[in-house]
Amino acid sequence: MALLEIRDVTRRFSDFVAVDHVNIAIEAGEFFTLLGPSGCGKTTLLRMIAGFDLPDEGQILLDGRDLAATPPEKRPVHTVFQSYALFPHMTVAQNIAFPLKMAGKSPARIRDRVDEALADVRLSEKSGQYPHELSGGQKQRVALARGLVNRPRLLLLDEPLGALDAKLREDMQLELIELQKEIGVTFVFVTHAQNEALALSHRIAVMNRGRVEQIDEPSKLYGFPKNRFVADFIGKANLFDARVIDSAGGRLRLEVPGLGDVEAPARADGGVGAGDRGVLSLRPEQVRIAPPGHAEQLRNHFPGKVHDFLYIGDVTVYIVELVNGTRVEALLPNSAPGRAKFFEPGDPVEVAWRDDVGHFLHE
Amino acid sequence: MSDARPAQVAAAAPRDAARPFAAVQRTRRNVVKWIVTAPPFLFLLVFFLLPSLIMVLASFRYPGEYGGLAPLGAATHPGADHGLTVETYQFFFSSFIYTEIFIKSFIVALATTLICLVMAYPLAILIARSPRRHRDLMVLLVILPFASNFLIRVYAWMIILGPQSAFSHFVNSVLGVFGAGPVTMLFSPFAVLCGMVYVHLPFMVLPLYTNLEKHDPVLLDAAQDLGAGGWQRFWRVTFPLSLPGIFSGAALVFIPVLGIFVIPDILGGTRDILIGNLIENQFLTTRDWPFGSTLSIMLTLCVLATAGFAAWLARVGARRA
Amino acid sequence: MRRGLSLWIAAVLVYLFLYVPLLIVVVYSFNDSRLNAEWVGFTLHWYHVLFNDGDMLQAWANSLIIACTASIVATVLGTMAGIAMHRYRPKLLPFMVLTPVAMPSILLGVSLLLFFIQVLNLTLGMLSIIIAHITFCIGFVAIVVHARLAGMDNSVFEAARDLGATPWRTFRLVTFPLILPGVIAGLLMSFTMSIDDFVITFFTAGVGVSTLPLQIYSMIKIAVTPEVNAVSTLLMLITLTLIVVASRFAPDALRGKA
Repeated sequence: MALLEIRDVTRRFSDFVAVDHVNIAIEAGEFFTLLGPSGCGKTTLLRMIAGFDLPDEGQILLDGRDLAATPPEKRPVHTVFQSYALFPHMTVAQNIAFPLKMAGKSPARIRDRVDEALADVRLSEKSGQYPHELSGGQKQRVALARGLVNRPRLLLLDEPLGALDAKLREDMQLELIELQKEIGVTFVFVTHAQNEALALSHRIAVMNRGRVEQIDEPSKLYGFPKNRFVADFIGKANLFDARVIDSAGGRLRLEVPGLGDVEAPARADGGVGAGDRGVLSLRPEQVRIAPPGHAEQLRNHFPGKVHDFLYIGDVTVYIVELVNGTRVEALLPNSAPGRAKFFEPGDPVEVAWRDDVGHFLHE
Repeated sequence: MSDARPAQVAAAAPRDAARPFAAVQRTRRNVVKWIVTAPPFLFLLVFFLLPSLIMVLASFRYPGEYGGLAPLGAATHPGADHGLTVETYQFFFSSFIYTEIFIKSFIVALATTLICLVMAYPLAILIARSPRRHRDLMVLLVILPFASNFLIRVYAWMIILGPQSAFSHFVNSVLGVFGAGPVTMLFSPFAVLCGMVYVHLPFMVLPLYTNLEKHDPVLLDAAQDLGAGGWQRFWRVTFPLSLPGIFSGAALVFIPVLGIFVIPDILGGTRDILIGNLIENQFLTTRDWPFGSTLSIMLTLCVLATAGFAAWLARVGARRA
Repeated sequence: MRRGLSLWIAAVLVYLFLYVPLLIVVVYSFNDSRLNAEWVGFTLHWYHVLFNDGDMLQAWANSLIIACTASIVATVLGTMAGIAMHRYRPKLLPFMVLTPVAMPSILLGVSLLLFFIQVLNLTLGMLSIIIAHITFCIGFVAIVVHARLAGMDNSVFEAARDLGATPWRTFRLVTFPLILPGVIAGLLMSFTMSIDDFVITFFTAGVGVSTLPLQIYSMIKIAVTPEVNAVSTLLMLITLTLIVVASRFAPDALRGKA
């Protein structure tokens, strides 16, 4: 039995449907992420798990029991808020002790657990300080310690890394993974940063406009997106409108306006017939770029001109404009042995990819 | 995982009926809301709203025989006044003297506001431009005189402008040099104005300074860079941006001045009465309460009109800024 | 820098304008002369007169009783109003709370006079004054408490519930400690406003009761002696102390209020 079951949950605000018949099952010990753009309903869903809101339809079950009749203070679920929400009038130690105090633990036990929690997040020497004396990252860790100290069934994290600068954010990501592994509490993490979700999670639910688009492990989401939204939201993708000409021998032949004839692998689940309209999704790292005439051995190759490029240090992204104006992004690592020479804007090139990469997706 | 759906989902039942706990939570929230909101609300309903309505009603009644109000219902004896009337409003407009006092009060309020503005501005600029650590002290120094009792501040001017004060001697000797006669500064419109400005000056400084503090100094640099001289920079950059602060300060000065009676009472002569004095007189001396109520209603309308005008100006100013 | 200098001079002149009149009052309270005209010599005579003036002492006592009662009740009601205005955003309450503060005091004074006599048939005295003071003090407390709540991170209250605190415990352990500085500032301000109030008290006091400002007023109108200076000086000292203490508790309130 899953630890947390969200069964057909719907939540409306007047005419606006924030959460639309969502079904998710989260297993114990998982680092589960709700990922999606602003307004997709992920925070609303989180608040319903925490108890600050109730679903209009559907149920939320923890350990098999419906949470509907349980107020937030009685749920064995704690939240790390985006603004950390540390109590400004209490010291770090008092903040962390708070949930233990609410649970009625003895002072001696509280002291021990708080010391342990502080050691877990490496803030033992700050125990007597007040929140306003701490840095952003330190406040973050206090909030984490406070949420975990009495080992809830579930820890909810609402975009907790949003306020941190890039370097600190990366460091905290590693710390979060370690902490979750060590303590074993199930995390439900909310974010709109897809690369963060990919890095941290065991499984991700991609949400859009109140609905769940796809739930999968990060690699499957990246490698096998189910629709245009997921393909576009996770990682970068070249997306082309396409029409199926025919489907045979594990391959699809597609007509892509602006490119021409393209061969792509057939979908494992079948379900694609001639005449179907959809999207061809191609990751930039799957697109090769070469001087004209050097890419003929690949089935899909098209001539074009380099429009621009972005040098990102470890890789370079080339934006190639094809004959009729379509733009394709190709990603090249900058450390390949005998690496390809750099291309300048205006250089004529060929872009090419194998016939077993690329996905055809229905919208 | 079973696919069974709770029966509630299928039905289109209203939210609370299908979710009894949600209903309980909502009721509990409402009870708390009433417990917190009701006491202050009821207190102010009884001791603020109700008296205001009574006063509106009173302006439409006859004065009682021994002062106060005549009864609404049956008369105390045959021939006596009772019931409702618009007599008091007619009375107000029957003689120009009352309107004249209203106009005088407006002029005094306007003059006070302008003088306060001119005096407050340099101080506000100085405070806004001072380093952070000095600012709080400087603001406190502005507020402290406000801490003293209102009467004391008025009384101080009684001393200063009194015929035996050093200031009076000084002024009269200067006038004597030019051959002009000695003047009594106390019990005059001049004294009233001094008192009004003195009491309300802090109210103009604070909103102005709060506004000026937010001005980006870069704007002035940019103006200078584009060729504007000192006075131009003030007039074209600082002043327009400070308009919201000016309006707040003006409202905090103008509206109270309209209703003050103490200052004309202590510092003014018999001819210097303003709206407040009229009202005080009607309620406590003449005891013509209906007329006093009418005057109060007229004052309230003036205040509302002024506040409305100020709000409109602020909106227009914001659009242009 | 020339413009800077004239700015400085103008500002200093305004400060002088603000303080010199009050200093004159204080200085003449020690003046050995019946008249507030010129300095004769130093004396504490007027303070002796003050402390032996029975009417004045009674007025002090009345003022203290009224201020204590009114400020406590106003603080309780004002705190409730401030919390309600922040949490529930009611439509009518802010208007009712703030208008007595914003409108000219004379209007509140006469309308209460009318109400007490005509409707409640109440004899004017301590009770009527206390009620009147509560009415305009509620607004001050509500403003300060509301400002304090508005400046806080709201998720703190949700966090308390989330971590196991019932609504009541949340209020007791989190909400109240956080608004307490605002409540205290409101209390001190109400006390100050009450002690200092003249206009509203003037209309609601009736014949028998006198407060400090009323006493000062009758002394000014009837017979001016430096005893007025003495009581003014002492009163200034008290309100000064209260305001400085209040500003320690809620520094932003004094800035934002105006």
